[in-house]
This record gives sequence, C-alpha cells and structure tokens, in this order.
Amino acid sequence: MANPGETMVAPAQRLKLRGTQSWEQLALCAAVLVLASLWASVGRAQDRAAAYAPADIRYGAQIYAAQCSACHGETGTQIGGVDLGGGALRRAPSDVDLRNVLANGIAGTAMPPFRFDPSELTAIVAYIRNMRTFDARGAAVGDANRGRAWFEGAGGCTSCHRVNGKGPRVAPDLSDIGALRSADFLERTLRDPNGSILPMNRSVRAVTRDGKVINGRRLNEDTYSVQVIDDQEHLLSLDKANLREYTVVTTSTMPSYKDKLSAQEMADLVAYLLTLKGLR
Amino acid sequence: MMRKTILQIIRKKHRASLLCLALLVPGALCAQVTSERLRRAADEPQNWLTYSGNYSSQRYSPLKQIDPSNVKNLELKWVFQAQSLQKFETTPLVVDGIMYLTQSPNDVVALDAKTGRVFWVYHYATSPDSRPCCGIVNRGVAILGDTLFMATVDAHLVAVDARNGHAIWNNKLADAAAGYAMTMAPLVVKDKVIVGLAGGEYGIRGFIAAYDAHNGKEVWRFNTIPGPGEPGHETWQGEEWKHGGAAVWLTGSYDPDLNLTYWGTGNPGPDYNPGKRPGDNLYSDCVVALDPDTGKLKWFFQFTPNDPHDYDSVQIPVLADMDWNGSPRKLMLWGNRNGFFYVLDRATGKFLTGAPFVKVNWASGLDAKGRPIPTPQPPGAPTFPGIQGGTNWYSPSYSPRTGLFYVSSWEGYSTIFSGVDVDYKEGLRYTGGANTSPIPGADNPAGARQGPVNTYTEALGHGAVMALDPHTGKKKWSFEMHDVNCSGILTTASDLLFAGGREGYFQALDAHTGALLWKVNLGGEIIAGPISYQVDGKQYISIASGNGLFVFAPRDGAN
Repeated sequence: MANPGETMVAPAQRLKLRGTQSWEQLALCAAVLVLASLWASVGRAQDRAAAYAPADIRYGAQIYAAQCSACHGETGTQIGGVDLGGGALRRAPSDVDLRNVLANGIAGTAMPPFRFDPSELTAIVAYIRNMRTFDARGAAVGDANRGRAWFEGAGGCTSCHRVNGKGPRVAPDLSDIGALRSADFLERTLRDPNGSILPMNRSVRAVTRDGKVINGRRLNEDTYSVQVIDDQEHLLSLDKANLREYTVVTTSTMPSYKDKLSAQEMADLVAYLLTLKGLR
Repeated sequence: MMRKTILQIIRKKHRASLLCLALLVPGALCAQVTSERLRRAADEPQNWLTYSGNYSSQRYSPLKQIDPSNVKNLELKWVFQAQSLQKFETTPLVVDGIMYLTQSPNDVVALDAKTGRVFWVYHYATSPDSRPCCGIVNRGVAILGDTLFMATVDAHLVAVDARNGHAIWNNKLADAAAGYAMTMAPLVVKDKVIVGLAGGEYGIRGFIAAYDAHNGKEVWRFNTIPGPGEPGHETWQGEEWKHGGAAVWLTGSYDPDLNLTYWGTGNPGPDYNPGKRPGDNLYSDCVVALDPDTGKLKWFFQFTPNDPHDYDSVQIPVLADMDWNGSPRKLMLWGNRNGFFYVLDRATGKFLTGAPFVKVNWASGLDAKGRPIPTPQPPGAPTFPGIQGGTNWYSPSYSPRTGLFYVSSWEGYSTIFSGVDVDYKEGLRYTGGANTSPIPGADNPAGARQGPVNTYTEALGHGAVMALDPHTGKKKWSFEMHDVNCSGILTTASDLLFAGGREGYFQALDAHTGALLWKVNLGGEIIAGPISYQVDGKQYISIASGNGLFVFAPRDGAN
C-alpha cells in the first residue's frame, strides 16, 4: 500500500453489529463513521470503493435475501467452490469487479445478469463484503410503510417534495430517489442536508434591475445566465447582466433530522425512500 | 507609394504561392506543401498548415480583417456535423482553400473551407484491440507535399493522399492491445513525420519516433524512459522503467534555426502510486529537445519529478523570441498541468522563471533550477490543482503583439489523491489510484460532463482564460467562466482572442484587457482549439463544439 492514509479501506471501519448492540450505539457509530470519512468518503456515494455504511449493508442484506440466497444460500456458501463472505473473490477482487459481475453475470456459469439500480448495487456489494460480521437479527430493518406514513404525515415532507405526481416541485422530485441514491447517502442527507445537497439544487435569490425578486431552486448555471424553478414553479432563465443582485444559498432549506428521528424512525424513512424507484 | 505598400503586403502574404507559380507551370502542383512552406507557415496567414498554426505553436494568426470593431458582425457560414458522438477535439488544417479535419474514430475529411461541402472522407477501420484511456479521439492531421498523415487510436501511422483520400501507406507503430494509442496530430519536419505514443494509464514505455514521409519506415526512436546503461535510467529502480509510462500525446514544436524539436511527456506510471517507482522517473513530465534528424536528446527539463498526481507535461511547447533582461532570447513558454507557469531558454533548457497561475498546494514553489519544493497534503486532504490540472492539453496562445501568454485554466479545483497498490498486467489499466473529489457526490476526476447541466457548478472550481506576463508569470487579466474550461486559444494580429469553454459558448475577447467583445452559444462543449484562415479575401474562424465544426466570417457587406 503506497499510501498509509488510504482511509477508505474497509476492514478497520467495518462495523460489527451484534444483537445486543443498542441502536443508540449504532447511531453513534454511524455518526463517527460519517465524521471520520467526511473528507474521504466523498466520491459519488455509489462508487466509493470500500467504505461500507451500515445503512447500505442493511439494505444489501434485504436484497441478498430476496435475490441471491436462493442460489448462494443464506451464508453465501451454497455453491461449491464459491464463498461469498470468505474474503477475496476470484472473479471480483475489487468492488468495481463485483458490480460488473452483478450487472453482467458470468458467461458460461449459472450466474445471470441482474438489473439492479445503482443504490441496490452499492448495497449488495456492501453486504457481501460484510456478510461474515453482519448479524441480521440485530439490525432491525426499516419498515417502509411506517416510513411512508411519517413522510406523508408527521414529517411534512410532502409540503416541499413531490413523489409520483403528488406534492409541490419546490424541492427535488423524489419519485426515483431510491434508485439513484444509496441507503447510506439518503441517511446522511437526512442527518446533514448541507453536506449532501447538490450544488445544482441550491436555492438562489435574484433581484432584477427593475426590482423584481425571484426566489427559487437552481437547475443550471453558466457564465452568463442561470436557470431556475421559482417558488411559483415557473421555469425561468435569467440573464446575469440584468440582475442587480444574485445570491446562491449554500445551505439546504431542508432541516436536519439527526435529532428529530429515532434510529428506528430513520431506518423506516430510508426504507420508504428506497422503495421509490421511479418508472421502471 | 500607397500602392507599392499594398503590393508589398500582397507579395509577402502570398510569397509561397507566387514562388509556386513562378517555378511550376502546372497549377495543380501548387497545392504541394513543401517543408519550406511549413517552415515559413507564418508567411501564409491565409492557411493553417500545422496543428498549432506554425512550428512556434503560438496559435497566433497574422490575419486582421476581423477586428475588435467588427467582430460583432461575425455570422455562421457553415457547419460540419461529425458522424460520431465522441468528443470532437480536431484542429483542422487549411491549405489553399481546402480544409482537412478528422472525426472519430479515425476518419479524415476534406472539405471546401468556404462552404463546408465535402470532397471526400477517408475511413480507417480501427482495431477492436484499441483501448485509449480517455475517449476515441483524434486531434488532426499533418501534411507534406500532397500527403496527409494521421496517427490512429490503435497506434498506426497512416499516410493519405490529400487529393483523393486514399491510403498510401500504413505502419503499425506499437501494440494497441498493450495499451498503446495515438490521438495527436503528427508533426512533419523536413522529410520526416514525428509522433509520440499515448498509453500512460496502461503501463506502456513511451516513445517519440520519426518516420520517413515517403514510406512510413522508422528513421529514429527516442524512448521517453531510458533503458539500462542510458543516462537517466538511474532515476528508476528495478523493473519499473519497463512500465513507467511517460506517454506523449500532443504535437511538439520545432525551431528550424536551432534544429531542435520539442515534446512534452506524460505522467509516470502507475499514475498515483509514486512509492512504487522511487526516483525522479525521467523523462516523465518533461520537455525534451531532440535533433529532428537523429532523435538525439539535446536537453531536457523535468517539471514534476516522481509525480503522484498525473500532472502530464504534454502541453504544447510555445516558442517565443523576446527580450529577457535586456537582451533578445529564444524562449519557451509553458503553462503546466501542475499549476506552474515556466519560462525556459529553448537553446539550452535553462530554467529562467516560474510561478503558479492557479491555486497550488502540492509544492510551495520552485527552486533556482525550477525544481518544485514538494508539500504533500495529508491523507484525505484536497490537493490543488486536482487531477485534471491547472490546465491540461488545451492549446495555449502567445501574441507577439501583446507579449502575453494565454492559457485555459481550472481554478479552485482539487482532488483527494489516494494511491493503491497495483501490479502491471499487459493491456490493463495501471494507475494505482482511488481518488475522489472533495465535493460530496461529485464525479472524480470531473473530466467529462454527461449532459448539458452543470450539476456541481461553482463547487467544483471554475474555468478561465488567463493572460500571463511571461516576465513575471503574473496575471494581466483573467476571463472567468462559471464552468471549467477545456478550450484551446487563438489570438490574431488585430488583438482578438478566441476561446470557448465547457459551457459551449464561443467567445471573442480583447487580447489586451480580456473584455468580452462577442459570444455565441454553440450548445456543445468546446474541447478543441480555434483557427483562422482566409479564402477569396475573407477571413474565417472555425471551432469544434459538441459534434460540429462551426465556421464564422464577417457578414457580407458589413464592416
């Protein structure tokens, strides 16, 4: 290893989840993990080489049970000569390789290609790389129905977000967020919206030379102009030369749910968001 | 008196053509581009005879019909639509009204430079073994006599008849399956075609070689990594030199008076794991000065020893003659991917001055000999400039009128570098990196955009066209863009500067001040250099954007 600072290498960071471990501990652990990887875990969430997040491992365990265990077995050893949880995989030494195997199958074998979306791929890889240490009994998985009830009810999420044609367009439409974003990314976003908001989605405030005030969410920007959806849901293209004032708000308008949700509620909410796969 | 002056101007501008008419009766032969014409390309401002305009690679056009007062009257004259969705990085040649350009993978197209109508298309079938690291691109052809030369992505050099588009010879230079590729426009010097080989992400051993223009036979080869017993080999340990990269993927320059040709070399391999290759790793990240007749190394200068950041030094060597501390000197100006601007004496390779032109934190500065003083960033911390560099391969420009060096740059842009262990396997990538962007969720290395939306906006850093004073390295002005900027630059004798950017705008700036004089939205990323030429008394400007080549000229009747 050329670089001792390669903080993304997994083993040291792998979380051992035990049945007796409380969710508070888990949450603390997750928070530490997020902090520790604040600088390092910044590649596209789905592409991070080996920083396996608890939320991804949990989601991966669910997918594994539904899609993989019929052939590979609960412990990943059901196929002779293949031990999924046994460390280095002959066909998939790296996570990129493993994603390719999942997406393309292995020609000449019984391993078929799967149409997993990026968040599912991230999750399955995270789970397979942690099969031995992950204890499903201790990791209470989220309940998507409870998550949805909270999202549409007490959480008030639909006052800004739109899902499957319902809700305003002020904030990003979440109809396919569960396909685009990994479980870990969703959880981190809920805990720390400012750290996850795409620069493109930032709120902007503009005042034209004739005094008109425009508040909205940025959709695109270049040297001479900015494209927004304003708070009336109008698509506007503003010529910067005609603006008296132009401010990009670098913080998210979404509050942090770090202290507002219990670990179980957070898991429920993430579980619901992961069901939002868009039109397939 | 007035009349005489005009005649003199006309004579000067068309010296080559007049000479041609005087010496050779058959008019057709006047299209022959002799090596003498290439040497005096600056005397034919109506043509664009080499990748960088002429051997000095200044991308400075002596044409001045289009000027600051009338540039607003430019209008689109024609568009060539490439039959390819690959990146369009071509710089066309223009020879006496005929334009020659390349489209992906390796087609040569001859067209009427005035109307865009196509005469012929030469299609070269590339090998499926070809594996260029960063896109199936080609940046243009070279010409000598009636023959065009194209370097292919599967590492062949092909000679094509400029009249009918048929192949004359085809020489395999290296093994594409092992990762060798070519994307550059060749450089013709005298009777030889000189190219370098790309493949620095595949553990190749780079080389620059000259081929006989008549038959494609290799005349000389300069290995950019010296072998056992050769000077410089001691900068490598063990067997790493065999896979040490130092690829060459952009066109060199040539000084006929010194009889030296200059080439920038690429990163050492594995790219991000310098611990695997202790030493300076010569001649990676260098400029090498070679005798074009023999390939013998006259001098070299290394910009980034033991480079951990993929700071290829393949930038176009810009040759300029100017006063230096009171006496005339033959200089080389270099805006490097590592974020520093350098001035070298091109006769000796002596370092004269250098200064960062963007934010740099991998080195605290340069010592008296131009060697960087490294300041490696702690693990997990961002390094400036990031993986795409402070600039990259984008053609810079130098205007002898303003005395300024112009470079496309990325500012405020960084990468978190992280080396990983990697073993060489022929034909597989040999980079040894797990690098990330410090911007949450952003692509690393931010090298390409998958669509027209600038998802990461100002967070990723931004592009600019900068005007640097070669004497101080200080910025005279900077034209800031919202997005990053991969465009080449053209300056003209009317003190205009043309450049694009990733946003797809093509702009004309005042070369003295950087003031915006004209712009047009071409709707596709500009990752090529503009050129200027003249046909039937009208000056044209061309630029590739997206998958089209757009050609502008003054509106008829407007001035």
